[in-house]
Amino acid sequence: MIPAIGHCTVRTVPGVRRAPPRPHVQCRPVPTLSEADSKRLLAEHGVPVLDERLVTTADDAAAAADAIGYPVVAKLCGAAIAHKTERGLVRLRLDSADAVRRAAQELLAAARPEDGAVGVLVAPMVAGTRELIAGIVHDATFGPTVMLGVGGILAEAVADVTFRLVPISRVDAEEMIEDLATQRLLGAFRGEPAVDTDRLVDVLVGLSDAAIAHPEIESADVNPLIVVDGVPVAVDALVATRA
Amino acid sequence: MTDERDFHALFDPKGVIVAGASTHPGKFGFVALHNLLTAGYGGKVFATNLDGTPVLGIETVADIDEIPDGAADLVFVCTPAKANIELLRKCAARGVRAAFVTSGGYAEAGAEGKAAQDELVRVADELGILLAGPNGQGVISTPSSMCAQIVAPYPPAGRIGIASQSGNFVSSFMNYARHYGVGVSRAVSAGNAAAVRVADYLDFYADDPETAVGLAYVEGISDGREFFERMRSVASRMPLVVVKGGASDVGARAAASHTGSLATDDHVFDGACRQAGVVRAATIEEAYEAAATFATQPLPKGPNVCVVTTAGGWGVVTADAVGRTPNLRLLPMPADLKDELDRHLPPRWSRNNPIDLAGGETKDTIPTILEIAARHPDVDAVVFLGMGIQGNQGRMEREGPFYPDHGLERIVAYHERQDRRFTETAAALSKEIGKPILTATELSITDRDNPAVAGCRESGQLCYASANRAVVALSHLWQYARHQQRR
Repeated sequence: MIPAIGHCTVRTVPGVRRAPPRPHVQCRPVPTLSEADSKRLLAEHGVPVLDERLVTTADDAAAAADAIGYPVVAKLCGAAIAHKTERGLVRLRLDSADAVRRAAQELLAAARPEDGAVGVLVAPMVAGTRELIAGIVHDATFGPTVMLGVGGILAEAVADVTFRLVPISRVDAEEMIEDLATQRLLGAFRGEPAVDTDRLVDVLVGLSDAAIAHPEIESADVNPLIVVDGVPVAVDALVATRA
Repeated sequence: MTDERDFHALFDPKGVIVAGASTHPGKFGFVALHNLLTAGYGGKVFATNLDGTPVLGIETVADIDEIPDGAADLVFVCTPAKANIELLRKCAARGVRAAFVTSGGYAEAGAEGKAAQDELVRVADELGILLAGPNGQGVISTPSSMCAQIVAPYPPAGRIGIASQSGNFVSSFMNYARHYGVGVSRAVSAGNAAAVRVADYLDFYADDPETAVGLAYVEGISDGREFFERMRSVASRMPLVVVKGGASDVGARAAASHTGSLATDDHVFDGACRQAGVVRAATIEEAYEAAATFATQPLPKGPNVCVVTTAGGWGVVTADAVGRTPNLRLLPMPADLKDELDRHLPPRWSRNNPIDLAGGETKDTIPTILEIAARHPDVDAVVFLGMGIQGNQGRMEREGPFYPDHGLERIVAYHERQDRRFTETAAALSKEIGKPILTATELSITDRDNPAVAGCRESGQLCYASANRAVVALSHLWQYARHQQRR
């Protein structure tokens, strides 16, 4: 089953701070899962995610960062928060407990009432030059599809993407990788090893499996899917369900 | 679902009734009968006409009841929509099993027409009649020499099975078939596709011994998932080439999702085709050429292309075309192939792939080199350029003021013989060795009487209008072959 869904109602997830209620809550048209819940759902089907912790206080954030090792990333996490970067809710390259504590305080203070239940997600800061995008989208004509593309901030302008209908086989996934026009991005690149095709196939097949297990998924973005030492890792994820 | 017998009644009927035959040569009811009789259909032909006046020498009857029982199993309907329900009932009573309804005034004409179409489908189902159309241009079947359509042309016989949501593109494909000579087995314009859809025709073609490759034009797809499963099933039984109209429609979805905004209709359709093993062509001519290639060439076993040319520039441009085709590879010249070619060519040849003969050829050079290249185990396909030159000069000499004197008669005959031999050799080698050998020259469209072009056509092969078009066709062939190999 889908975990908490941040639609019009705000559910209280144990251990997660609930923002004060407000009379006029602005509903988003498509219900979404929080980043942490989105990743948990996709990870159950084999999509690799980072070792990250969801906490509710600045002190817990610092403790989580100590456990993970520096540098870390801190992000405000909640079911109704979709565009974190645009709202300045992502803090990168935090290299000390103090920096993490400060960032977590600011993030929690930046929560808006319509964000619903929020927490701070503390994750290792990974380095990789190459960003891919992968996901699930429910096509009006063809039903659920799996997508792979070149990611990053220019993803939509570049539009080097490919789709297959769910379910996909491993061969389908391999052919998706071959479909990308920017093949040079997949080989050894700027001192980083070639993308591990098998691991990327795992991601795509995992997305297909997730779409089958959760027919209510309207879309799932794994963006970016960063290639770290040749291995793709979901650094952010957003699952939206059909209303 | 309709059974196989129905499609035989549509494509290989023992007799055809043209309902609504007209004496006026401008009417569809006249043209349909004209085309049917002109193409030499061998079965019995009947025609109805309200006055019972003869049309094109055929006695007509005023009523279907006057047609002998069981003499016809296809009715070609040119009568107004309002007459067609009763017509179908009477035809069914006479043993008719299939109807091609060309009449308009159905779903394309608004709500009332849609109701009339639904009723037509209901009655056809009740009567067990396969209903093609309505509002379609007709049906072609070369094994039965049948041209039951209200437009030209009638194509040469061949192995391409066409089904189209647009009747005019059926004509376009068949015009290409007439030009290039790679012909058609069956062709049908689905019209409003009220009962039988493009996928149904393709499904029949996939098991039809007369058809080796499917060629389809589609526009709006309503049930994508079913369409996909049908196409995948068809493509597992025969190569299937699809061209889709409305491809540039950019329908962005779900604003919350980047994936969604990248999921344009065209991207998703493209992925569905790749997954199903369907060859998707960008244009009508590319679609025809891909289908004609599947119909006439063996499938390649790998991506390695060898280019054989008599002139440098052609080879360079063809190598460029291979280079920008992601799934093909210009084979690096194997050492043993180079050594063998050295024994047959003067030292100025390119000593590389493209194999540029650099004008060093004597009488037997081209067939010899073509064979050596095609037989090399690392070569998966050959693109051959440079035939037609001798025939071109031959034509100028034949049509000039000095012919047949000054030795011209003999040399022109030699040129023409040589050019024809080159393309015939390419066709024969391809069959014998089991590798695609594609020939290309613009003479294919600028002078179809050129002996190289004619030789290609008469060998049953497509002479590609450019090397680039040959490479595109080859790319489709390898994509399909690889898809099959991997599954």
